[in-house]
Amino acid sequence: MARAATDVPQTPQRAGFGRRVATALIRRREASILLVLVGLVVYFSLRTDAFFGTDNARVIAEFSAPIAIIAAGQVMLLICGEIDLSVGMVYAFSSWIFYFGVTDWGLPIWLAVIVGLLSGSAVGLVNGIITVGVGVPSFITTLGMAYVLNGLTLNISGAFPVETPGGETFFRIFGGSPYTTVYWALGVIVVMTILLTRTRWGLHTVATGGNLLGASESGVNIRKVKIGNFVLCSTLGALAGILESVRIDTIQALQGGFPVMFYAVAAAVIGGTSLFGGSGTIIGAALGVGVLAVLNLGFTLQGISAYTFDLVLGIAIIASMALNVTLERIRQSGRLGSSA
Amino acid sequence: MSERATPQPEQTAVTAADAIRVESISKSFGVVQALEDVSLHVRPGEVLGLIGDNGAGKSTLVKILTGFHKPDAGKIFVFGEEVQLKSVTHARSLGIDTVFQDLALVPGMTVYHNMFLNREVTRGIGPFRFLSNRVMKKRSLEYLDDIGVRVPSIDAEVARMSGGQRQAIAIARSTHSDAKILLLDEPLAAMGAREGALIIELIEELRNRSDVSMIVIAHNYVHVLEMCDRVNLLRNGRIMLDKRTDETSVEELTEIVAREYRQAPQATTDG
Repeated sequence: MARAATDVPQTPQRAGFGRRVATALIRRREASILLVLVGLVVYFSLRTDAFFGTDNARVIAEFSAPIAIIAAGQVMLLICGEIDLSVGMVYAFSSWIFYFGVTDWGLPIWLAVIVGLLSGSAVGLVNGIITVGVGVPSFITTLGMAYVLNGLTLNISGAFPVETPGGETFFRIFGGSPYTTVYWALGVIVVMTILLTRTRWGLHTVATGGNLLGASESGVNIRKVKIGNFVLCSTLGALAGILESVRIDTIQALQGGFPVMFYAVAAAVIGGTSLFGGSGTIIGAALGVGVLAVLNLGFTLQGISAYTFDLVLGIAIIASMALNVTLERIRQSGRLGSSA
Repeated sequence: MSERATPQPEQTAVTAADAIRVESISKSFGVVQALEDVSLHVRPGEVLGLIGDNGAGKSTLVKILTGFHKPDAGKIFVFGEEVQLKSVTHARSLGIDTVFQDLALVPGMTVYHNMFLNREVTRGIGPFRFLSNRVMKKRSLEYLDDIGVRVPSIDAEVARMSGGQRQAIAIARSTHSDAKILLLDEPLAAMGAREGALIIELIEELRNRSDVSMIVIAHNYVHVLEMCDRVNLLRNGRIMLDKRTDETSVEELTEIVAREYRQAPQATTDG
């Protein structure tokens, strides 16, 4: 049979060690962000005495948990080319739905949790339908949705904080005991990583963000993928909100909000997720959350104010994205070896 | 060559044997009449070249045959059976596959994931199904090797491939997935001479296997005569010429096209 050999023979790999490390760092973005995280931990443990106290580890972990859960959903949306600015408001809104489920509607506690989560899913569905069906950019859809939910939450809550309902067993499992929110977050990270990297859904999410027209020409149901990821992101927002409500034993209308959402987006970006869509990892975002948490705690222990934290966070976001774009250009130009 | 061409009554023998047959297809977008009463057919294993100007309706025709657009009027037969193409997936299930001009490859994904996009091999139970990357890698490698396409690495992202390699991957993806009718939308566009030659070789390789019918859209008459068994000229939404490539020449095609232009000035307003 005739051979129509197409192009370019295998290039032999004769890269030196330094170049191989550079290649690995560029190709596996998580590796570089892990280095940054380890570097920060070493730095702060040398500069401050209290850094490795057990309480601090817990503070970092519990600060990170809800953000990591939200970031996992946000990464899926960012990869398929969308964003959810309302997820921080879902965090508060769904917590209140959960509260009313128990106190006003008399639901069993676990059913109330499910109803709370479903309220998040419903918000995601609306976000998805407006964005994909009507064609409103998700930035606008979810910005509007954020204000709608905030107004709604303030109204139904009467703006007064309440005590989180639930018995002892429920509290122990759902965020009340030390580190429980962290275990939930780790579970979410594992499940979402599998979803993104090992299932058709994950592959189609990448394809949708990487080449929208091409994915649809290949028969990928890009609408379903996008709407599904809106639902997923909002549901995870609800989960994070309810877990955190249980952990701090209080539900208030202003919990979560824009800060928690922006932390999640920042963590995703620092962790290598491209806002242009088509690439990103859950692990990277989780490590990004870790970086934010360590910075936050380290600065607090050093007595540096919250204003400085914001300053550093801002620089970190811009630098990460600049690095992402640059690395992408290097990768596309194919100047690095084909295997990491 | 055609185990699918079941014996038919004498009168319809030819039509029933066609891999794809289009009868009087029309399509307009608003006031623009993209296709008007277009009929064509491709026999099993045949390679049909479709030539015509930009805006002649070639891409519209391809998109209809792929299930992307629905025709306003007309019929489509696939192996003798009338079909209403509902979607890309539906067309594909009938054995019609398309290599679009943009190739529909995802640059940030690996070669083998692109090869299996939306046809992923999975294993698992019920809703818990996971990608069988090993199987997809192995099959992609085997198949690319089988039709003589070489890529630097099956694990590499498509972003790192040259234009020719991408085109070859896109073609291989389609034929690999049991496509019986392959539509190639300008496979040689934006490609250097050397890469173009390799793609022509690949198309000839597939043609020699004669189990896949192809419609190739192209601009270059030399390429068309080289690659195709028959050529159709589309102009202003109509088929103006239907000839076997061994009964015509570049000179004749050029002459006919030039005459068409003289006879029918630009911008007819049938629509």
